[in-house]
Amino acid sequence: MTDRTITDPKPADTTTSDLKTSDSTKFLSHLELDQPDKTFLDSNELVINMGPQHPATHGVLRVILKLDGEKVLGTECVIGYLHRGVEKIAENRTYTMFNPYVDRMDYVAAVSNGLGYCEAVEKLLNIEAPPRAKYIRVILTELNRMASHQLWLGTHALDIGAMTPLFYTFRDREEILKIFEKYCGARLTTHAFRIGGCQYETYEGFERDVIKFLDFVPPKIDEYEELLTTNRIWLERTKNVGVISRADAIALGVTGPVLRASGVKWDLRKAQPYAAYSDFDFEIPIGANGDTYDRYTVRMEEMRQSLRIIRQAVERIPEGPIMAKVPKVMKPPVGEIYHSIEAPKGELGYFIVSDGSTQPYRIRVRPPSFVNLQALDVMVRGALVADVIAVIGTLDIVLGEVDR
Amino acid sequence: MPEEIKSSTPPGGESKPAAGHAPAAPAKPAGATAVPWESAMVAKLKGQYGSGIRESSTYLGQNYIVVEPSIVAELLQILRDREQFDYCVDITAVHYPDREKQFDLVWILYSFPRNERIRVKTLIADGESVRSAVSVWATANWLEREVFDMFGIRFDGHPDLKRILLPDGWKGHPLRKDYGIIQQDQEWVKANLGIESGQ
Amino acid sequence: MLNYITSYLSSNTTPGQAGNVFWATVYILVVFGGISVAVMAMNWLERKALAHFQIRLGPMRVGPHGLLQPIADAIKLMTKEDIIPAEADKFVFWIAPLIILCASFAVYIVVPFGPTHAITDLNIGILFMLGVSSLSVLGVVMAGWASNSHYPLIGALRSSAQMVSYEVAMGMAVVSAVLMTSLHGLGPYGVGVGTSGTGTLSMIGIVQAQQEQHVWFLFKFFPLGFIAFGIFAIAMVAETNRAPFDLPEAESELTAGFHTEYSGLRWSLFMLGEYAAMIAVSSIAVTLWLGGWYRPFPNTLTGDTWDLVFSLFPALTFLTLAAIAFVGVRRMPKHPYFRVQTIGLAGFGAVLGLIGLILFAPPVRDRIQDIFWFVAKVAGFMYLYIWYRATFPRYRFDQLMKVGWKVLLPIGIGVLILTAILGVVL
Repeated sequence: MTDRTITDPKPADTTTSDLKTSDSTKFLSHLELDQPDKTFLDSNELVINMGPQHPATHGVLRVILKLDGEKVLGTECVIGYLHRGVEKIAENRTYTMFNPYVDRMDYVAAVSNGLGYCEAVEKLLNIEAPPRAKYIRVILTELNRMASHQLWLGTHALDIGAMTPLFYTFRDREEILKIFEKYCGARLTTHAFRIGGCQYETYEGFERDVIKFLDFVPPKIDEYEELLTTNRIWLERTKNVGVISRADAIALGVTGPVLRASGVKWDLRKAQPYAAYSDFDFEIPIGANGDTYDRYTVRMEEMRQSLRIIRQAVERIPEGPIMAKVPKVMKPPVGEIYHSIEAPKGELGYFIVSDGSTQPYRIRVRPPSFVNLQALDVMVRGALVADVIAVIGTLDIVLGEVDR
Repeated sequence: MPEEIKSSTPPGGESKPAAGHAPAAPAKPAGATAVPWESAMVAKLKGQYGSGIRESSTYLGQNYIVVEPSIVAELLQILRDREQFDYCVDITAVHYPDREKQFDLVWILYSFPRNERIRVKTLIADGESVRSAVSVWATANWLEREVFDMFGIRFDGHPDLKRILLPDGWKGHPLRKDYGIIQQDQEWVKANLGIESGQ
Repeated sequence: MLNYITSYLSSNTTPGQAGNVFWATVYILVVFGGISVAVMAMNWLERKALAHFQIRLGPMRVGPHGLLQPIADAIKLMTKEDIIPAEADKFVFWIAPLIILCASFAVYIVVPFGPTHAITDLNIGILFMLGVSSLSVLGVVMAGWASNSHYPLIGALRSSAQMVSYEVAMGMAVVSAVLMTSLHGLGPYGVGVGTSGTGTLSMIGIVQAQQEQHVWFLFKFFPLGFIAFGIFAIAMVAETNRAPFDLPEAESELTAGFHTEYSGLRWSLFMLGEYAAMIAVSSIAVTLWLGGWYRPFPNTLTGDTWDLVFSLFPALTFLTLAAIAFVGVRRMPKHPYFRVQTIGLAGFGAVLGLIGLILFAPPVRDRIQDIFWFVAKVAGFMYLYIWYRATFPRYRFDQLMKVGWKVLLPIGIGVLILTAILGVVL
């Protein structure tokens, strides 16, 4: 019997509580701190802790900054405060029972999570959702993308200091959440889709509500842009801040608007279409510099393109069943599948290993925010402290997804 | 096994989840067998590594190759440099405790120029370590740390292999099959949280 | 004794100049009380206006439409536990807010609400104001130091660096306005000999120079006066650490500002000092560029009818406010729980209306003119402060310093030189 206990590389006496300068050598060994015995006033370098509780870290994220005055020399992210063991839970639930857990990862864009999971399991079962279900899925997913980007805009602007866009975006996001509530009963963690299609038929007046929303929102997006896009202070805070080059972005595996802002015109909805996206006509916005301002413009344009997709979908939604023939007891054959979708944050992937039983053998969620957050270190080297907060905001991370 | 008629009500009728692996697999739907995958790239790799490439198949339209652990490091480098798989999508592992080589280590790669995805799989034993892919794709840093954290698989050459999601002093690797679903490292909980148990 | 008191009433100067201690004390108490009330009103206005900018309502419960909210906040802050950090330097910790408060309030000695409505009129008035208001930097640094924690220290150092740099730009703008007082011509491009401008630093003198030159310095040598005013307007926002220059005290930034460790009453002293400083620098701006206590168009729209029309403004303002209060009363929910609030709002409206009616009476009307116009202009600035806070994102610290040194200062020097040249030439 081999000894299963594997010891960690560093002795387990570094607690994750208050960071004292003398402990920082163990924490930040890769940042090469010299003279560990000096107090912070003696050396030029300061180690500052942006603790798990912080108004601007979008959840429980801890960032340890090594500063030279105002300039950031290095960062280390400590995550895992929201780790709930979703992947372990998946091994103990059936495929259908696991569906609601999936919403709770990226709780801001729960519909996308559900879409990815349902499609992955459908692929494993080798079934396809009927066309009407696919259209409903597209409409709800794009509405969710819109809501996620609106939340991102409000919180990002708030971090940079503009207080008002937050309230405007939340007011408009309410309309989307009302549609979700009328459709499936929940606003945020919707559990909207089922394996094989949708459970709920669209409610009476769904198309009317969606079209009303489509007419209501474009002037609102213009309103947000009016406050921010040409504002001199906004430009100074976001241009050339948090630049990530195209090569770095690909090497670091960032996806989503972060990658597109660095100049890579790649979107899974176009590259490997899923769920009726191939029926629709839309653009993929890209940016030139890979700075925060480009990520901002890319997401604003994505909002408008989402509206375009929704309009096309709502006009052409086909009739028919909304649920495919799915066995009551789902036992996918032995095998593995990897399926990914373009979530608002990036490429959200599900790697499902099935052993032929009703419970998945292993589900691995490839979280876009986790991989994007890794790029934080590269993006803030040499920037100032205030930029760290802007960059965390622009990466659009959701800790539920980072930690799962 | 209970066969309830599927209606339009939500399928909540799944009863007590079966523990472990159910013996009888249902009839496979069409296209759901692993068929061998041949392509120019696979032929080149097989020519280069011969028996190092144990299997190259396609399952449900997704290509994957199973390789020996010894050639993995070089293979990943070649896949990035020559075959243009410039984006490492994911690195993960699966634990099969009943097998001699207990862990399946999986790299999921994607190529932007070719718009193709490939899975590279290798089987390693408990305690065996693999060369880290950090030098090939920078994104492997955190992905490998998570594999280490959850499974205990070490990666040689990783700059900073320590736990990422769990606290540093945690004992045990949760995604292994012998780690219980509600098991916690009681010593760590007692020492750090000051409570008897997390449950 | 009685003679002493009544003799002042017939004089035509400020109590300070007349040397009348009694009336000087009365004026000081009135001004102090007035500023305190103004600070509370400003607190309420900020919360309500900010809320309405953000499509929400703001305080609505404490008193009708939150009118009693500042009082509730004051009571809360006064009854809070006084927490002093263990390693803090206790004396410095105690005195820092007092220094800021004294510096902010001391400048009101020379603020002119009218030709004789000031506590005193130093002949170096503007210099005094700039100098004393700079003392608050000392208080900021002391607050950060005494907190014995590196976040407040960093915030305090940043804050003081910001205040000092923007004072330079402010100084340039002020000097060009003072330069304009020594000019002779009438109108925006004063040509020819019109007045006997001798140049003065006294606040009352500056306003009277604007009257003599028949132009607000805002429009003098257009656009120079306008640019100087613009520089001052931006610098004064930075000087008081308000948005968009509020990095040192913003919550979402890393360093939480010099007043982090202060709680309860001590913290409220900081806020009091900040609002008082805002009103003080706004009064400088009003005095220097906006014609102080003079009504709009004092020289173009002359004559008794126009005087009468403008003299009705105070009363009309209060009556409008009373009307708004009564509209609010009508829109209150008709529920027994709201009865007290409805009655309160109606009473408030009635008081405003009563004041408005009193202001119609001719003797009151003439005396209240100066004070009303001065306060109205300062109130406009206060609203602008709130508007800036709602609209603009925050400047990063290095960009903030860049704006102060690399943008405002050169423009200020340029304006000063051009003003001098034009003054000599024209």
